[in-house]
Amino acid sequence: MTEIVAQPGSWVPSGMPQFDEAPRYDVRLIREDFPILRRQVNGHPLVYLDSANTSQKPRQVLDVLREHYERHNANVARSVHTLGTESTTAYEAARAKVAAFIGAASPDEIVFTKNSTEAINLVAHSFGVRLRPGDEIVISEMEHHSNIVPWQLLCERTGATLRWFRITDDGRLDLSNLEELVNERTRLVSYVHMSNILGTINPTSAIIARAHEVGAKVLLDCSQSVPHLPVDVAALDADFIAFTGHKMLGPTGIGVLWGRYDLLADMPPFLGGGSMIETVTLEKTTYALPPTRFEAGTPPIAQAIGLGAAVDYLAHLGMPAIAGHERELAAYALEAMATVPGLRIFGPAIPAGRGGTISFALDGIHPHDVGQVLDSLGIQVRVGHHCARPTCVRFGVPAMTRVSFYLYSTTDEVDALVRGLEQVRKVFS
Amino acid sequence: MQFEQLYQEIILDHYKHPHGRGLREPFDAEAHHVNPTCGDEVTIRVRLAGDAIEEISFEGMGCSISLASASVLHDVMSGHTVTDALARHDAFVALMSGRGQVEPDEELLEDGVAFAGVAKYPARVKCALLSWMAFKDATARAVADVAGPVGGTA
Repeated sequence: MTEIVAQPGSWVPSGMPQFDEAPRYDVRLIREDFPILRRQVNGHPLVYLDSANTSQKPRQVLDVLREHYERHNANVARSVHTLGTESTTAYEAARAKVAAFIGAASPDEIVFTKNSTEAINLVAHSFGVRLRPGDEIVISEMEHHSNIVPWQLLCERTGATLRWFRITDDGRLDLSNLEELVNERTRLVSYVHMSNILGTINPTSAIIARAHEVGAKVLLDCSQSVPHLPVDVAALDADFIAFTGHKMLGPTGIGVLWGRYDLLADMPPFLGGGSMIETVTLEKTTYALPPTRFEAGTPPIAQAIGLGAAVDYLAHLGMPAIAGHERELAAYALEAMATVPGLRIFGPAIPAGRGGTISFALDGIHPHDVGQVLDSLGIQVRVGHHCARPTCVRFGVPAMTRVSFYLYSTTDEVDALVRGLEQVRKVFS
Repeated sequence: MQFEQLYQEIILDHYKHPHGRGLREPFDAEAHHVNPTCGDEVTIRVRLAGDAIEEISFEGMGCSISLASASVLHDVMSGHTVTDALARHDAFVALMSGRGQVEPDEELLEDGVAFAGVAKYPARVKCALLSWMAFKDATARAVADVAGPVGGTA
């Protein structure tokens, strides 16, 4: 691991000593851990501003993956041999690391899935199976499609009703009708902790308190928050959270559902197959306890172990330091982007209650064209509806351009973006 | 530089000054196509006169490539027979699917040849084809309507 060098941030204004206390690291040293960041793209140094889509991976994670396949590879939870034992130990150690990372009461509350989408679908099936006509599920207009479609499908299966929070013009959740929306018919409130498109960090305590008051459970989609912010499930008091490994320095193909153990224990299986059973006869099967009950078949073993290495990396650097770095970058970027003529930011325009993910429109130029010109300069941004079409519709656009930062992003990269946007304006003026 | 092959002057001209934009009345059939990955949408209207394409009009939201290709479509197809138009359609689809290896036929495709560079950008091929696919749908419907209920769908 790169040594972390504390240094005062040059952006800190004098007379604000509270910022001196903030944990920091030297981003230049961190970048050396990420081999891909040395790449050239289309003749320019890579400027990777698409980490909300998927993050880059440090050498420490890549090394663990290679070492697992080269030295320990075997299936888990079914072998007495040495390799099987090593593999199982590493897989379960990864579960314990993830549990500690999010403050779970026990590793048994961590279910490994393929991604956030599968984690949410697991809840929609195993928790949702008991819903009846008249029951209500509450989501928001700010959701990723993965936190919309599973609930629409559940409503079709059960006759339950789907309702949603609206978004304010500032890109925040509109909680003015919280009491009416979350009521005694509500069984589940499922919403995004940090928006993948607007960057908004949504409030939790008021919504979760109201949900629990009426006996509803709360699922937080933490796909964008767990990689970027300190998240503690005990402090949040949520019932389920979902997140995915590849957005937090880990491999693709591994996601996490955290659930309160008593809730998981009360839920029927999602997928049936090997591993998730207690005993099987041809007539009937009894099921294993959580989390095994929800991990049918050979799991993504190397990917889980890789995620464990990613969690080690994040924990070593410290989530408060990472969140602080991204908050500074967001503030810098919001100010720098405001200097580009014709640029309109969607979502919170101030660096409070938001993360380092910023979507914008430029002068009526289509995001595909913005993204293509930026790519020619080595700058990688996301364009399109970001799997959050209802949010685009809310702001009256078919698509947006999005930049998103991570622990390795720099102010130099923000400067390159702003120069690139000038180039875009030149081509299409 | 490859980038300039993508954004040819011809394409930028059609984008900034599109031909055939604004839906016209009357029309025989229309088709609305969506690119689900980016949310781009286009509506194409076709009016036939006998076996010829008399008028094509469009409206849509999209990037420079998709709007310019709708404008070029309007120029390339207007006034030609349905059979001729479908041959031009096939040539354009072949060009766009050719990964930059297909030599475009300027006789058939006119300004459409400017899209040869787009074929090298797999992520943008769908943008260029959106209006052309909608045109094919609309024309098939128009032909079916004119032929009456027993007619084929071309």
